[in-house]
Amino acid sequence: MTSMSTILAFAAFEPKLPKLPDSPYFWMPPSASVTTGNTDALWEFMLWMSLFFTVAIFWAMLRFCTKYRAKSRAANEIAEKTSEHNTMLELTWSIIPLFIVVPLFVGGFKGFVDLRTPPKGAMEIHAQGQKWKWLFSYPGLGSPDDVLHVPVNTPVRMVINSVDVIHSLYIPSFRTKMDAVPGRYTDLWFKATEVGEYPIFCAEYCGTSHSDMITKVVVHPAGGYEKWLASTIAAADSLTGKDRGAMLYEKQGCSTCHSTDGSPKVGPSWKGIFGKMESMTSGSAMKVDENYLRESMMDPQAHIVMGFAPAMPTYQGKLSDKDIDGLIEFIKSLK
Amino acid sequence: MASPSATADVVAPRSSGSDNYLTHDKGVLSWIFTLDHKRIGVMYLCSVLTAFALGGFFALLVRTELLTPGHTIMDHDTYNQMFTLHGAIMVFLVIIPGIPAALGNIIMPLQLGAKDVAFPRMNLASYHLWIVGALFMLSSLAINAVDTGWTFYTPYSTTTSTAVVPAAFGAFILGFSSIFTGLNFIVTMHKMRPPGMNWFRLPLFCWALYSTALIQVLATPVIGITLLMMIIERTVHIGIFDPTLGGDPVLFQHFFWFYSHPAVYIMIVPAFGVIGEIIPVFSRKRIFGYKFIAISSLAIAFLGFLVWGHHMFVSGQSVLAGTIFSAITFLIAIPTAIKVFNWITTMYKGVIHLDTPMLYALAFLWVFTIGGLTGVFLAVMSVDVHLHDTYFVVAHFHYVMMGGAITAFMGGLHYWWPKFTGKMYPEKAGRIGATLVFLGLNVTFFPQFILGSRGMPRRYYNYLPEFQPLHVLSTLGAYTLGLGFLLTAFYLFKSLKNGKTAPANPWGGATLEWQCSSPPPYYNFHKAPVISAGPYDGYENLMYDEAIGGYIPRKSPSST
Repeated sequence: MTSMSTILAFAAFEPKLPKLPDSPYFWMPPSASVTTGNTDALWEFMLWMSLFFTVAIFWAMLRFCTKYRAKSRAANEIAEKTSEHNTMLELTWSIIPLFIVVPLFVGGFKGFVDLRTPPKGAMEIHAQGQKWKWLFSYPGLGSPDDVLHVPVNTPVRMVINSVDVIHSLYIPSFRTKMDAVPGRYTDLWFKATEVGEYPIFCAEYCGTSHSDMITKVVVHPAGGYEKWLASTIAAADSLTGKDRGAMLYEKQGCSTCHSTDGSPKVGPSWKGIFGKMESMTSGSAMKVDENYLRESMMDPQAHIVMGFAPAMPTYQGKLSDKDIDGLIEFIKSLK
Repeated sequence: MASPSATADVVAPRSSGSDNYLTHDKGVLSWIFTLDHKRIGVMYLCSVLTAFALGGFFALLVRTELLTPGHTIMDHDTYNQMFTLHGAIMVFLVIIPGIPAALGNIIMPLQLGAKDVAFPRMNLASYHLWIVGALFMLSSLAINAVDTGWTFYTPYSTTTSTAVVPAAFGAFILGFSSIFTGLNFIVTMHKMRPPGMNWFRLPLFCWALYSTALIQVLATPVIGITLLMMIIERTVHIGIFDPTLGGDPVLFQHFFWFYSHPAVYIMIVPAFGVIGEIIPVFSRKRIFGYKFIAISSLAIAFLGFLVWGHHMFVSGQSVLAGTIFSAITFLIAIPTAIKVFNWITTMYKGVIHLDTPMLYALAFLWVFTIGGLTGVFLAVMSVDVHLHDTYFVVAHFHYVMMGGAITAFMGGLHYWWPKFTGKMYPEKAGRIGATLVFLGLNVTFFPQFILGSRGMPRRYYNYLPEFQPLHVLSTLGAYTLGLGFLLTAFYLFKSLKNGKTAPANPWGGATLEWQCSSPPPYYNFHKAPVISAGPYDGYENLMYDEAIGGYIPRKSPSST
């Protein structure tokens, strides 16, 4: 393999911040799933209701303050006696809000039940949150991908979990989110209605790079998803050695914590690390060789390089031997 | 009838500069070990204001960092520590003790007509615990500042390498401080009312503090135990919340919000009380719907216990649980709306004086209305799924906490400043300060609603470049807010030295604290007052005297 192809492989997997898509609405991102109608309609209603009450209250305040403003303290004006309470009036404004909030509650309840009830036969994609990456598993694809790919007009149920702390999968354009909780599965579903790319955020604070836990969902046109999956499976199988490592470096979230340019991030940089003697938090010194690298992927807390926190999740079961070989080759190539 | 609500012999002359609570004893120790509720209140006030300055400083650092996506002035981890410290300090050290323990400690026994609170030693212990708790919390800053967010969510909080234990233990101790204040206030209001002071003659500030105290006593133990369990899990690895030890992380959220939602009402209900004092006095009119306002405080306190699950609609909580929590959450909108309508109606046909306390009260009405209405958005379950953990929530609770609780605190501080210190603050500077604060907080927090509904998650160091203009606007607002508070701090300090001597009753209030001299005498009342009218009765019997700059009983033909 030439260095040119490595660069190409790099460019292909370069993590890009998703673009916030242009929205036809002022307040909301574009709407791209079937369930957004309920949310947006309720939002619209509440916006006008709030505007009405805010303006009404502001108007009353302003009018009373100008109309009844005292001349001066010295003038010693005495306020006109008005009734100091009026049960009818007070009951009226206790009951009117009730008439507004009951339909809001019912509407919100209906929308919520829809959001929580995936249709039967929905396609399933597994999403795993880890510090600080989303990994999506697809049927037939050996290793997970860091971008969510879905077909348009197809109900998709995401089964979500976390390997470390709580994260939250949030897709603003689908108006949905669900916490990724370690030790249990949660789920959400959507049916994308518009082809395009939309950002995915982590919405539950999860530490250092919480705000970099951003990826995107790609909604493919009819037939596009199948084509993408087939070509990705083929490409993933064919890549070997350091190119495979370079691909996994991006796709498996290594790049979130390890740089390739020598700058320390959450973990040590991979540049020039192979063959180096490192002092460990246990006090011992170890040479970074194939065995140390393999151990660090499978049992990351076993030996921690001095100056770094034990933050890495295990990749046991997520990387095949071919993947591990590829990553080791990739690390060796970073001199 | 000479005096509206007390017999004439308790009406003290205007400040004579003779013996008062500030001059009664001398020396630092006479403060540190004082049993006088007013002095304890003053110490609380100074401490809370110091913590407010510190929390505000962290807020400005956070807002400055957010001027650009990526690195502006600090790295990821420092940012996470800064917003955690800002939140923890503002919640535990400023807003929770702000109105009850600082303003309430000084004013509530005076309004009641009592000589002190029921348990003066417990009151002092509460303050000492506050200091110990604050030191624990701030020691985290010196070791390796906590970075969990003020919510301490597990399993992040049990696994992060920062100094979580001192911060959480600090919050645990501060909990006891809060419980002591609450218990003290409940007993005081039950047992120390003078003759004639029946429940429906209590000023609304006392009603609000009473409702708050009930929450403090009943809810705070839960957070104490929860934080202890979290500390135990972190230090000796007994699995309670961490799934790798067999625990359940969502359980922590239930425990946490079982306290922290009621705690939201610990923060805002006292603010209702302050507003209920200021509006009638500055409108020269009896408060409209006294009983509805008083009872609605209790209703809010009660309902506040039953809505914690609305923080957890997307946590994996069951649909049924979410539905019940959503329904009860809507109910809280009702007593809250009643209060706002009643305050506004009080101003109708009044004689309105727009002094600084009233400006803060008006700012409160406007800002709290926005904060309250946006709470309705979050109570609607399907809409909350979109808005949860975004800047919309950040904007909402800052409108309520900063715009509501802090604005009311500032209003109360100005309203009672002459009573606390015996000095008047400069009115013109006060109005400028109030205007800056009002503008600043709207410019800071309104853009955050837009950021949130467009999908910007909270607690983000980095963000998509499309969000930048609104972040810049928000930061400029924060600087305005900072300027407003700086100006306020400056003129209040200056007034201590150069301020005009305050009369006993500068605003024409009819509650009992205005019948003591400013500052009040050491024992508050030489003789227990006898109460014959309500707290907002008889403004027409008071007359402004330009010579003293305050109100005195009106000599009318009908009085003999």
